[in-house]
Amino acid sequence: MDRPHSDAAGAGRFLGLVFPLLPAIPLLFLITQWGSVAEGNVKSVSFPWVPSLGIEFSFFLDGLNLLFALLISLIGVFVAIYAGAYLRGHPMLRRFFLYLALFMVGMLGLVLAADLITLFIFWELTTISSYLLIGFNHDKASARRCALQALLLTTMGGLCLLAGLILLGYTAGTFDLQEILARGDYVRGHSLYPAILVLILLGAFTKSAQFPFHFWLPNAMAAPTPVSAYLHSATMVKAGIYLMARLHPVLGTTPLWEWTLTIVGAITATLAAILAVRQTDLKLKLAYTTVVALGTITMFFGSDDSVAIAAAITFILVHSFYKASLFMVVGIIDHQTGTRELDRLGGLGKLMPVTWFCAGAAAISMAGFPPFLGFIGKELKYEGALAIATEPTLVAGAAIFANILMVTVAGTLALKPFIGRQRPKSDDIREAHWSLWIGPLVLSTLGLTFGLFTPLIAEGLVQPAVVTLLGEPKIVKLKLWHGVNVPLIMSILTFGLGVCAYLYQRPLRAFLAFLLSFFPTTADRIWDALLEGLKRLADVQTRWLQHGILRRYLRVIFLAATAALLLALIRQDNLSLSVAIPALNVKEWTAMLLVAAGAVMASSVSAPLAAVCALGALGVGVALLYLFFGAPDVAITQLLVETLFLVLIAATLHRLPLSYGRHATRFRRLDALIAIAAGVVVTITILAVIEQPFSSPSSDYFVANSMPEAFGRNIVNVILVDFRALDTFGEVVVVFTAALSAATLVGYTLRGRRR
Amino acid sequence: MKSIVLQTATRTFVALLLMFSIYMLLRGHNQPGGGFIAGLVAATAFTLLAMAWGVKAARQALRISPEGLAAAGLLIAGIASVIAGLFGDAPFTGQWLFLGGSETEKGLPVSSILLFDVGIYLSVLGAVLTLVFALEEND
Repeated sequence: MDRPHSDAAGAGRFLGLVFPLLPAIPLLFLITQWGSVAEGNVKSVSFPWVPSLGIEFSFFLDGLNLLFALLISLIGVFVAIYAGAYLRGHPMLRRFFLYLALFMVGMLGLVLAADLITLFIFWELTTISSYLLIGFNHDKASARRCALQALLLTTMGGLCLLAGLILLGYTAGTFDLQEILARGDYVRGHSLYPAILVLILLGAFTKSAQFPFHFWLPNAMAAPTPVSAYLHSATMVKAGIYLMARLHPVLGTTPLWEWTLTIVGAITATLAAILAVRQTDLKLKLAYTTVVALGTITMFFGSDDSVAIAAAITFILVHSFYKASLFMVVGIIDHQTGTRELDRLGGLGKLMPVTWFCAGAAAISMAGFPPFLGFIGKELKYEGALAIATEPTLVAGAAIFANILMVTVAGTLALKPFIGRQRPKSDDIREAHWSLWIGPLVLSTLGLTFGLFTPLIAEGLVQPAVVTLLGEPKIVKLKLWHGVNVPLIMSILTFGLGVCAYLYQRPLRAFLAFLLSFFPTTADRIWDALLEGLKRLADVQTRWLQHGILRRYLRVIFLAATAALLLALIRQDNLSLSVAIPALNVKEWTAMLLVAAGAVMASSVSAPLAAVCALGALGVGVALLYLFFGAPDVAITQLLVETLFLVLIAATLHRLPLSYGRHATRFRRLDALIAIAAGVVVTITILAVIEQPFSSPSSDYFVANSMPEAFGRNIVNVILVDFRALDTFGEVVVVFTAALSAATLVGYTLRGRRR
Repeated sequence: MKSIVLQTATRTFVALLLMFSIYMLLRGHNQPGGGFIAGLVAATAFTLLAMAWGVKAARQALRISPEGLAAAGLLIAGIASVIAGLFGDAPFTGQWLFLGGSETEKGLPVSSILLFDVGIYLSVLGAVLTLVFALEEND
């Protein structure tokens, strides 16, 4: 591309320097609040939003969302630095930063919201901004497809979530999250509880890519790598996790919750672990390990045991750090060599030592080697798995299986691209710019430091979160050395099998491919088939309903209106009609006769033009009746409309055939029947209505105030331009719009025909 | 459709109809009439012109495009509705001024209501003519 975009690039470089300061602001703020919140204080701020519905625009900060908010802003800072370097000179860098900022705001608002509706608004903001980020390379069809898939899937979940949150607010009697948290027992005992649970979990599962909605996450790798590093480590996919953690005290501890989360989480973790080992694209491999992590966390949230919860919280922390680092490392490899295909990479360690260090540190944390935070997390996971009440074997089994494969994947990521013969063979490959590796370096080093200073993490972050979540003071101990116990044995087993699996990777991959070949289809293909089916359904029903035949539309309208009125009449209990021949004078009878004659003629003549003239006569008769019974304004309007109508019809009619055609008698007989039925039903309805006592507070008001308030004697017009001026304005807008679109259509179709 | 009788009569009728429409517009507040009806009357005048002399002649007589006229009408009605805001009332509240009024004489009433009605008049006229001209033009 030779487009001159030096201006944009210059501004982009400046933005790349300034933008990381944006997430640094909430980060600094959160750090100042940290001490106080860790002691159990809750900060909150609130603005009235929709007071009549009890909805507030409010936020709060406690032990649980402090952890998430810290992760979002800390990793946000490094991702921002990284993105500025990774996309340097990209013509749409400014747009990218805008989307990223939107997303950060959405995530922070989501975890800090103290009102269900506020939470939902930010939830949807993350959905929309992640759509824009995933589809950032919008000139690629695959990126557009993946972005749309993520959008549709998470929006579907979002709609379920909205329904669930409204039901929850309705059940608890408030939308205030903190108050709802205190009413857990009541909500769990309510008959709507299962519906609330299912709807909210659908929202959380789609967002956090749980089986069977796991497939959008690997597809979302179409996004530029900084986006993946951010969305799939600490933010987007953790939104569902946050929601489950947040509502655990309200919805948790029932068998339905425990079994759903345990089973769905276990399936997700196991399936994704298999898929991760099979992948050879580094980024996709990482994407599947993210799904493994999400499944594992979900599985642990199924329990209400404090060790299991602490394991999940610690794992969220560990995972965010190593996953963000690894994504950035893969991005660096891709950026410097131009490929991220495992088989085409090797021997980069000497050329890119810092990157190798970052990859190694993060991968060790991922595999769970001591003394890294990952090891502590894994020990805790095994301890927690054994403590889970529902099905310790299932949970522990799934956790071990997933971890074995994670060890394999970690080994592959840390070793395969960096050792052996150099591939790709090129002299241009060198270490990346510091702004690319500073993020992964800091994050993976932090993982190491955390492992060495565990009490800091345990008391400062994990413990407040666990206490907030469970609502009872529990001491969480994170230790490197627990002594020889069952979790340690499980750990050693994991390492052993993991290393074996790494060494025999090729046969293992072939075996897994063989296993997977028993599945007839993938979730991705099912999704495509569903979308295709939906389109076909829309096609069929549109053809059926919108046939474009005016006569059928009119029949449906009149039949439906008649049927509705008839139904209302039948349901009326004491329907009494007083039918009497009214005492009319000659001119009134004449007008009536004109109306009747017009109607009979319109439905019996054989030429359309004659029928239109007959309708005109009918209209004049109606106008005369208005005039005789004291509504001159309506009469004048009726006359003018009839006149213009005739002119318009005459202008169109000469393009139509002069007679109705061969089938005319049959359909016109049916039309006449419908017309008679409609007329009879409407007449009976009107007779029934005037039997009712007439109450007219608004008419009385208009009569009394027309002169003193609006200085007008013509009440009809005063209503039009003063009392009901807003309605009139709206109607005129409609008239104008209708005329404009009709004129456009007329011009369009005729031009089309001439061609 | 060329008809000498119609064309000759149209000259007089159009002028009469247009005057009548202004009359209907102005008297509307106290007697039958008003912006909507007056707009329809004026539209029949131009429709007559278009039928007798052709759409081209009618467009020339109108001087500005009917779409523009309708849009201008909407704008005028919109302005008339927000005038109330200047006097601290809610939008669409009528504002009245009695020029030369005294204890005994009411004076000449001037109001935002009339301006609103003029806006309705123009937009109804413009909207109807937009459609009429489009249909007649494609004959």
